[in-house]
Amino acid sequence: MKPTDITNPEYFHKVVDCQYACPAHTPVPEYIRLIAAERYTDAYMVNWESNVFPGILGRTCDRPCEPACRRGRVEDEPVAICRLKRVAADNKGEVKSLMPTAPKKKNGFKIALIGGGPASLTVARDLAPLGYEIHLYDEWDKAGGMMRTQIPSFRLPESVLDEEVNYVLDMGIHTHFNTYVSSMKKILEKDYDAIFVGTGAPKGRDLPDVEGRPEADKFVHLGIEWLASVAFGHRTTTSKKVIVLGGGNTAMDCCRTARRLGGEKVTVVVRSPFNDMKASPWEIEDAQREDIPILNNMPPKAFVVEGGKLKGMLFGKVAALYDENGKRSLVPTGEPDIFIEADEVLIAIGQDNSFPWIERDLGIKFGKWDLPVVDRTTFQSTLDRVFFGGDAAFGPENVITAVAHGHQAAISIDLFCRGESVYNRPAPMTNLISQKMGIHEWSYDSAVVEDLRYTVPHAEKQVALKDRKVEVELGFNTSVGFKEAQRCLNCDIQTIFNTSRCIECDACMDVCPTSCITFTANGTEDDLRKRLKAPANNTSQDLYVSGNLNTGRVMIKDEDVCLHCGLCAERCPTAAWDMQKYLYQVSKASPIWSISDL
Amino acid sequence: MTYIKPKFRHPELPKNDLGYVKSDYEGAISTLCAGCGHDSISAAIVQSCFELSIEPHRLAKLSGIGCSSKTPTYFLSNSHGFNSVHGRMPSIATGANMANRDLIYLGVSGDGDSASIGMGQFVHAIRKNVNMVYIVMNNGCYGLTKGQNSATTDLGGFSKAGGLNHYPAIDLVSLAIEMGATFVGRSFSGDKNQLVPMIKAAIAHQGFALLDVVSPCVTFNNKAESTKSYDYVRAHLEATSTIDYVPEKEEITVSYEAGMSALVEMHDGSVIQLHKLAPNWDPRDRFSAVRRLQKAQANGEVLTGLLYIDPESKDMHELEQTVDVPLNSLREAELCPGSSVLERVNAEFR
Ligand SMILES: Cc1cc2nc3c(=O)[nH]c(=O)nc-3n(C[C@H](O)[C@H](O)[C@H](O)COP(=O)(O)OP(=O)(O)OC[C@H]3O[C@@H](n4cnc5c(N)ncnc54)[C@H](O)[C@@H]3O)c2cc1C
Ligand SMILES: Cc1ncc(C[n+]2csc(CCOP(=O)(O)OP(=O)(O)O)c2C)c(N)n1
Ligand code: SF4
Ligand code: SF4
Ligand code: SF4
Ligand SMILES: [Mg+2]
Repeated sequence: MKPTDITNPEYFHKVVDCQYACPAHTPVPEYIRLIAAERYTDAYMVNWESNVFPGILGRTCDRPCEPACRRGRVEDEPVAICRLKRVAADNKGEVKSLMPTAPKKKNGFKIALIGGGPASLTVARDLAPLGYEIHLYDEWDKAGGMMRTQIPSFRLPESVLDEEVNYVLDMGIHTHFNTYVSSMKKILEKDYDAIFVGTGAPKGRDLPDVEGRPEADKFVHLGIEWLASVAFGHRTTTSKKVIVLGGGNTAMDCCRTARRLGGEKVTVVVRSPFNDMKASPWEIEDAQREDIPILNNMPPKAFVVEGGKLKGMLFGKVAALYDENGKRSLVPTGEPDIFIEADEVLIAIGQDNSFPWIERDLGIKFGKWDLPVVDRTTFQSTLDRVFFGGDAAFGPENVITAVAHGHQAAISIDLFCRGESVYNRPAPMTNLISQKMGIHEWSYDSAVVEDLRYTVPHAEKQVALKDRKVEVELGFNTSVGFKEAQRCLNCDIQTIFNTSRCIECDACMDVCPTSCITFTANGTEDDLRKRLKAPANNTSQDLYVSGNLNTGRVMIKDEDVCLHCGLCAERCPTAAWDMQKYLYQVSKASPIWSISDL
Repeated sequence: MTYIKPKFRHPELPKNDLGYVKSDYEGAISTLCAGCGHDSISAAIVQSCFELSIEPHRLAKLSGIGCSSKTPTYFLSNSHGFNSVHGRMPSIATGANMANRDLIYLGVSGDGDSASIGMGQFVHAIRKNVNMVYIVMNNGCYGLTKGQNSATTDLGGFSKAGGLNHYPAIDLVSLAIEMGATFVGRSFSGDKNQLVPMIKAAIAHQGFALLDVVSPCVTFNNKAESTKSYDYVRAHLEATSTIDYVPEKEEITVSYEAGMSALVEMHDGSVIQLHKLAPNWDPRDRFSAVRRLQKAQANGEVLTGLLYIDPESKDMHELEQTVDVPLNSLREAELCPGSSVLERVNAEFR
């Protein structure tokens, strides 16, 4: 193998597993260390710079970072990254004065944002400090999008949402609430220099072909519409017996909300097996904890209506079979159908994008599933001044993805307005600094603690089920937060190898607790992966390869389960290894807050 | 400040026949200087015992005083251990071995511990062919006491503090061969490919097995001109042959050109496989070993590898005709067989 080019910014970025997995690439270990140092405000700002909604995300994020966390590869569970974010948000001091403000003098460009969800709000935050005049349209009376209309208050209190939405709106954003944009043509006719579409994926899927659906209509609701009506207080009660159809997070929010509005016997029925359910494991657990049974392998067959009233639903029984390509088919088992009583049914089987308000003769091309044709890097549509992001661009995802899209779209809009190519993307900001303070002394806590993951306390069930606004998760207090923060392995503190200094004493190889380092003859990657001190079977993690050493061998480090403990550097007599902190920050349209000053 | 070795290990560490992983053979984290050759030898011991699937409670590690003699703390923390007075490890090992012949004895010493204060003990353990592995971590100085010249320091060499050495160096392997040692080898801490099979073969050997392992003292004796430094050894390394150790149950799969390789069968059925033999050298011939050693010495080479082996070696127990079971397992009935037996014995002297 060729020596690793560690000057490529992506090399060490990839070693920071959580940050790499985060769509917005939030510098996770950096903020976790700040939490351990009780610097909650700084920890909050590191987050805010990157993901705009730390308090919201610290409660609701889909957390793609956690399955990626290195800790999960050396013990049972990853660091509770998401809940630590909340510790920063819950304990921060005054932050507004640290945030950029919109300049009095505008830059002369006018931008329209259609939809007031996280994608549009991120574009607004990134562009407002540059002097753009920003107009935000939303059909509801407040901004927040699905964070407000869909995510229930028992997971996300309104006060947290309002606070973080307002940090953005307070940057002089012109809001046009209660305004449904019904024609893109009309928007294009106004004097906007660029238009960003962040309207989400607002259409819930139905089951029009299931027997009895029209007759049952009065008793059947689409999950996302029903949740929105609850959020706005239009609906305050539900029947006693409720069936929720679907196995995703929307289904989990529907059933838990129904339990709070008077549903006594709430049942989730899913077509597919338990293990194939799309809902996050923790959402499923929370639903089960609230006495909601989840029945699997049962596709709906009929709505049973008698005398104009819904009696319940009939379900078939299937088994999942997988072919050699892993493709699943649900095959009826021949068992008798099952009838479940219900007074109301909520359908939560997915969402689709819908753009009835965008005329199809404007030059904005649409492709598969009626999704707009959007460039994955620039978020530009086929009409150059129209950009898409969030769920509207490529289908339903989550808040953090919408934020990541927003940052990139803001860069494109800024480049576009200034007449530059939207492909002229700014490089990430990176920095590599030695952490050495003395022999056996580093400026980070290099010792690896053995604590298992701490669990977040919950509000008492009786109390929580009485009021849909009582938040269920209570968050870590600061002392548990500290202990959980100490579980972080500091994967951004990189092991840097200096070939010319190494005298090949083997000390680093011998001391490494996880057998990461091997001195051996060079070879192809496949060959090397087999003959390292421990097999390097996780090919998603790179091998760090040195130049040729005096004996003709090379140093190979498998990045996979390095604990970043610094022992290699401590045992090296010549400081051929050093521990250096790698900061990787996605560039934004405008400088928001400088982590490098920390 | 770390000095704490994390408990986490690679999740896919290979297991040996006993179901143990290598870390089950580790010890506490080393407090020796970073880069000390002794640590590499400790790692080679861990590797060897893991590969041989030794049950940790079947092994006793013994040492004297010195940085080298501290190392038993850094490996095999589930085995027995005895840290003796300076230079007295050989007699402790002899006594322990006499009492319980069933354990594997691993003595660890330094050039100071063996070639100076412990010389008298060292040669008698060889002479008695105590069944043990005797590793000298040879760095040509007294590391622990700040690098004074030892009895293996090069003639004309200087200690770090500037002290000139007027005396010729004692060559431990030549001395051991002279004393009738039945297994003699030399290796280098920086060459685990050679050191690990040598340790395994030494453990399999029935009798006294000396391994003189050049082990650079990074702090006091790693000057390029020292014959015990990383640079010098790497530049002047000469091996008698390459060595493989094949346990009894494994089949020998590699075959080499005739005249270039030799198989030495051990008493337990395992085999040492040597290949790319040095010319005019036969591992079973004491004279060829001495000749080869003297030639290397004249050329300024550091000759490593297996130097001499007597596969028919008779250890102390065989020479003394002791009982087959450990002495410490003999009960009163066997030790005091009664007056009739005493009568019979006395009668023999009448
Ligand atoms: C029940 C449910 C629970 C969820 N829970 C989570 C969670 O816990 N964590 C998570 O990360 N994600 C969750 N999501 C997904 C997440 O809410 C979305 O992915 C995210 O909000 C998308 O952001 P966006 O900015 O693209 O659009 P949205 O948040 O959908 O915002 C779009 C806004 O535009 C408005 N709008 C649409 N068309 C027009 C128009 N023509 N004119 C004016 N306004 C318009 C909409 O009413 C809406 O307010 C959940 C989704 C659902 C349905
Ligand atoms: C009876 C006695 N005399 C002297 C000493 C002082 N002393 C401690 S270690 C040592 C020399 C050790 O040298 P060596 O065996 O080569 O070990 P190294 O530290 O070099 O590995 C001496 C002289 C002692 N501890 N006990
Ligand atoms: S920091 Fe060094 S010693 Fe620690 S796990 Fe990583 S490679 Fe091994
Ligand atoms: S400890 Fe340092 S000098 Fe020794 S092998 Fe490792 S990198 Fe090289
Ligand atoms: S003084 Fe020399 S022998 Fe002792 S630990 Fe340091 S390097 Fe090793
Ligand atoms: Mg010494």
